[in-house]
Amino acid sequence: MNAVLPIIAEKPAAAPGSADGLPVLRERGQREVFCGLTGIIWLHRKIQDAFFLVVGSRTCAHLLQSAAGVMVFAEPRFATAIIEERDLAGLADANEELDRVVDRLLERRPEIKLLFLVGSCPSEVIKLDLSRAATRLEVKHAPDVRILNYSGSGIETTFTQGEDACLASLVPSMPVSTDASKQLMPKQLMVVGSLPDIVEDQFRRIFAEMGIPAVFTLPPRKAADLPTLGANTRFLLAQPFLGDTARALENRGAVHLPALFPFGAEGTTAWLKAAADEFGIDPALFTKVVAPGRERAQRGIARHRAQLAGKRIFFFPDSQLEVPLARYLANELGMIPIEVGTPYLHRAHLAAELAALPAGTQLSEGQDVDRQLDRCRAAKPDIAVCGLGLANPLERVGITTKWSIELVFSPVHGFDQAGDLAELFARPLNRRERLAV
Amino acid sequence: MQLTVWTYEGPPHVGAMRIATGMTGVHFVLHAPQGDTYADLLFTMIERRGERPPVTYTTFQARDLGKDTAELLQSAIRDANDRFKPQALLVGASCTAELIQDDPAGLAKALNLDIPVINLELPSYSRKENWGAAETFYALVRTLADTSVERAPLAGRRPVANLIGPSALGFRHRDDIVEITRLLASIGVDVGVCAPMRSSPADLKRLGAADFNVLMYPETGDTAVRWLAKTFRQPTVRTVPIGYGATCDFLREVAAITGADADAVIAANASRLPWYSRSVDSTYLTGKRVFIFGDATHAIAAARVAKEEFGFEVVGLGCYNREFARDVRDAAKTFGIEALISDDYLEVEAAIAAAAPELVLGTQMERHIAKRLRIPCAVISAPVHVQDFPARYSPQMGFEGANVLFDSWVHPLVMGLEEHLLVMFRDDFEFNDAAGASHLGGHGAAAIPDAANDADAPQSVEAVLAASEIVWLPDAARELNKIPFFVRGKARRNTEKFASERGLAAINVETLYDAKSHFAR
Repeated sequence: MNAVLPIIAEKPAAAPGSADGLPVLRERGQREVFCGLTGIIWLHRKIQDAFFLVVGSRTCAHLLQSAAGVMVFAEPRFATAIIEERDLAGLADANEELDRVVDRLLERRPEIKLLFLVGSCPSEVIKLDLSRAATRLEVKHAPDVRILNYSGSGIETTFTQGEDACLASLVPSMPVSTDASKQLMPKQLMVVGSLPDIVEDQFRRIFAEMGIPAVFTLPPRKAADLPTLGANTRFLLAQPFLGDTARALENRGAVHLPALFPFGAEGTTAWLKAAADEFGIDPALFTKVVAPGRERAQRGIARHRAQLAGKRIFFFPDSQLEVPLARYLANELGMIPIEVGTPYLHRAHLAAELAALPAGTQLSEGQDVDRQLDRCRAAKPDIAVCGLGLANPLERVGITTKWSIELVFSPVHGFDQAGDLAELFARPLNRRERLAV
Repeated sequence: MQLTVWTYEGPPHVGAMRIATGMTGVHFVLHAPQGDTYADLLFTMIERRGERPPVTYTTFQARDLGKDTAELLQSAIRDANDRFKPQALLVGASCTAELIQDDPAGLAKALNLDIPVINLELPSYSRKENWGAAETFYALVRTLADTSVERAPLAGRRPVANLIGPSALGFRHRDDIVEITRLLASIGVDVGVCAPMRSSPADLKRLGAADFNVLMYPETGDTAVRWLAKTFRQPTVRTVPIGYGATCDFLREVAAITGADADAVIAANASRLPWYSRSVDSTYLTGKRVFIFGDATHAIAAARVAKEEFGFEVVGLGCYNREFARDVRDAAKTFGIEALISDDYLEVEAAIAAAAPELVLGTQMERHIAKRLRIPCAVISAPVHVQDFPARYSPQMGFEGANVLFDSWVHPLVMGLEEHLLVMFRDDFEFNDAAGASHLGGHGAAAIPDAANDADAPQSVEAVLAASEIVWLPDAARELNKIPFFVRGKARRNTEKFASERGLAAINVETLYDAKSHFAR
């Protein structure tokens, strides 16, 4: 059950390439992206009885605190076991220390049902085997607590890949969905990727209206509600950054339903359609079910079209949502993507997205932040999508920005959020127009 | 391993970044994985800087380990030097790079750059942010200060002082520099170099030319200032001028070096704190129990101000930076209390709850603790939050700083007159105390629970009493409800403690008033 996965496949460095006929600039220099630990900020809100214990350094603790922005929670469901000098003296001691910390934590927080030991850069470098630690500790704390591990380290994961690693670590624990008459098990739909509860419920209602019952979600809201998994499982990816999770699910027989990602009226319709087709839903019924939501989405989008149409947008690599968002903004709002940067281009999962991008859209994979800033300043986009470290410096030189972190923290998927998603991009432009200082 | 929920200090390389970012003409190459780039947002978002910190991260990945991390570091140094053309370069490693032992010093040296390259040893597994800042500044000063500088005789010219310690991301450092510069000017002293903030490597060269040093923030400046004192035989002004009294002492300390007349400057000052504190409306401040926690410098200074200038009773004093624990312990002794030296947020929370103060002076962490415990709080120290960078001029130091302290510490308290009105009209239907105090954002702030802490929502008296172990008889519960909300919790706790110490099974009205007289101060 070792979930320390090879996250980024080896890529030839700095070679010009292409994806679906689109030019790809591959860069290797300083990357200005969060590490995978950051996913804990939303994952710990999503799985309500899970706790995330980062085994790392003071830097890891400081990152979580800084990325979370404010300390809203007295005792959040995450913490850091900070490695100290004496833990480096010997791994035996480090393991003993880890056991002590976990014992103390579980004693203090008896409501925890699922504990993730989350690997970090230092724990990976000193080769602290968290998978063995998880097994050891689970025996000790069974049956009250399930203990899993994954790596959110910045030497292996960027930002949203932390969620991928977390969800992939859940896959081996998912119960098998077979019985004696294996082949006769009805197909089950699973939505993979954490979505705000309200969005998840919207999708459930739509699937139910179509006649697709009992839709599972990964991650579940409660640790005990892990979906069953087997050859009858069909899954939709709600997020474009779940390469390893998808592979782990496929290895257990589940079948991925490729589709556009559910951003905007078009993306959401295509995404729902992929499931409808797989489950043999009558096209007329499908159209009837999605029509009201689709119209609401179009109305929501139309409100922002005047503000956004024709505006040139530049994406710095951040959450891997860049390609689907660029497709949505180009096709449904008339924006012009001038560079779409992404930390990693998952060509298979993004195939439909890449095909739907305007011809000639410049993609970039990886990063050399100083050079990319040069390109951005030279291109003078109407709006740049970037991380928090770059936003104010770009604003200072007159480039309007949208913080990419808001795109992973806010409800942006589905019909009823399509207008809100457009508004996230329209607001900074609107603000710039209003201000006379 | 230390189980940590929230941290007061970042790792030592963040301290180094605070030095580099406060300066101009310096660039810092940090051997670190990509996740460590989060530290940029501390400067661009919390401090709202319009430029990126002058830091290049090597952002090595797992696949680089054991192969070419060293080469990556060298090319990062070379590229940063070409692109940013700094006057001096800092080279260091974050926690992960420290483990892979690439020898940044040797690798940097091998490049033979024509600018000073300063190697930083930042032991991430034993040290923290303030230490990293102090060491970085010390390394810069030692390397760059020109030891051959000759000082002109003091006669016939204005004395010159260096301001030592202010850095990026410091608590009101921006405004303290302005205030101390003005204060020194008022006593005839010019500022030579202000460092690290507002200085360049060229400025550090001439540190030795000043007649003395003003150590504004020992957390970042003490190590360097000791070296300066030894190397250039410069006296150090160590009084931290936070509060009216400390500002007067500071001027006297400066005057003792320069021979100026401190009393004339003190007499001419326009601080309002002394009179505002004497004004009768401030009577209600008398003996208010205050818990103080922060970095050592700000905590010690606040304790003196609280006692001597507000008439408070200091019931708790502590700091999170162990390097200055001794100073805080010594200060705590003068208040007859035990110092709390801890960087464990939960321990601090427990100590505050146990002390049941009427006001907390702390960091942003204590602000959250106080909010949960429903105790007023004012922020006096780093770690900083975007709110600690107000648009207005808001120093902590000097005479204007004393004015700021008066306003910002009194503001969270229920004002004296308001307190009387609450007692007088507590039964008035329009004035029900559940509405909360007007200064806490009208009816909102006090009553809105933290989003995630429904358990912290204010509970009805009935619910609270039902949860307590000792029975409150109905007439006693009604009487308790007549006590204004801001002291009701204390009255309840005291009464229950009183009852349980006496083995009483139930509390009646008599018990309530017996307890009141027992605990009356």
